[in-house]
Amino acid sequence: MTVNDLLEKVNDFSGVVLSEPEREIQGVYIGDLLSWVMGKAQSGDAWITIMSNVNTLAVATLADTACIVLAEGVSLDDGVKETAEEKGINVISTSLSAYEAAVKLHQVL
Amino acid sequence: MSDLLTFHFDVDGDDFTSAGQASVQIKKSLRQLGIAPETIRRVSIAMYEGEINMVIHAGGGEADVSVNENEVIITLTDHGPGIPNIEQAMQEGFSTAPDAIRSLGFGAGMGLPNMKRYSDYMDIQSEVGKGTTITMKVNI
Repeated sequence: MTVNDLLEKVNDFSGVVLSEPEREIQGVYIGDLLSWVMGKAQSGDAWITIMSNVNTLAVATLADTACIVLAEGVSLDDGVKETAEEKGINVISTSLSAYEAAVKLHQVL
Repeated sequence: MSDLLTFHFDVDGDDFTSAGQASVQIKKSLRQLGIAPETIRRVSIAMYEGEINMVIHAGGGEADVSVNENEVIITLTDHGPGIPNIEQAMQEGFSTAPDAIRSLGFGAGMGLPNMKRYSDYMDIQSEVGKGTTITMKVNI
């Protein structure tokens, strides 16, 4: 399923930065410790986190995740948003908890 | 064996938010060389962890990367405090990072273990009070 398909199917998710909306989501990873995520997340994962600083974007780029899913209503600062656009990263937000977001993803993937 | 490409980066010790620029640049360059995505992932993650370590602990440093037919070689050099006990520093979860760094999502004690995990060879030369040089190789 692509990032775009996900947004169409699940109303709880909304697109914040969609640089590559046709990117395929192949799995899910949840974590906020960036080094841990870098060590464990797989390429193509939807990465659910509450971390929204610029280092989050670097980790998403390097680990090659399909999209960042900001849970618990966490938002992106304008500067970070611009950087996400520059780096070609997809960012989605939701007011759901990380657990609830993962359940939704499991239902549709 | 001749190097196909070499890169040099100064890693700014004051700017935690720009850490990772060197790794992202390397990722792009390796992609242009047509290197396998999983290899690129390993190189860029290992290098990013190294960059972050230099920013957190050593006030910055230098990163040199060379690429030849068989491997990517990353050398990270800093003039920071050095690592008193390398064996301890290599343990997952061991961290001396300050709280401010932890609140940004780093300092989980996964940096050096990730660098080891993602490289095929890693060597650490460190002297307390002088600095640290880490060499990593990733086979292509």
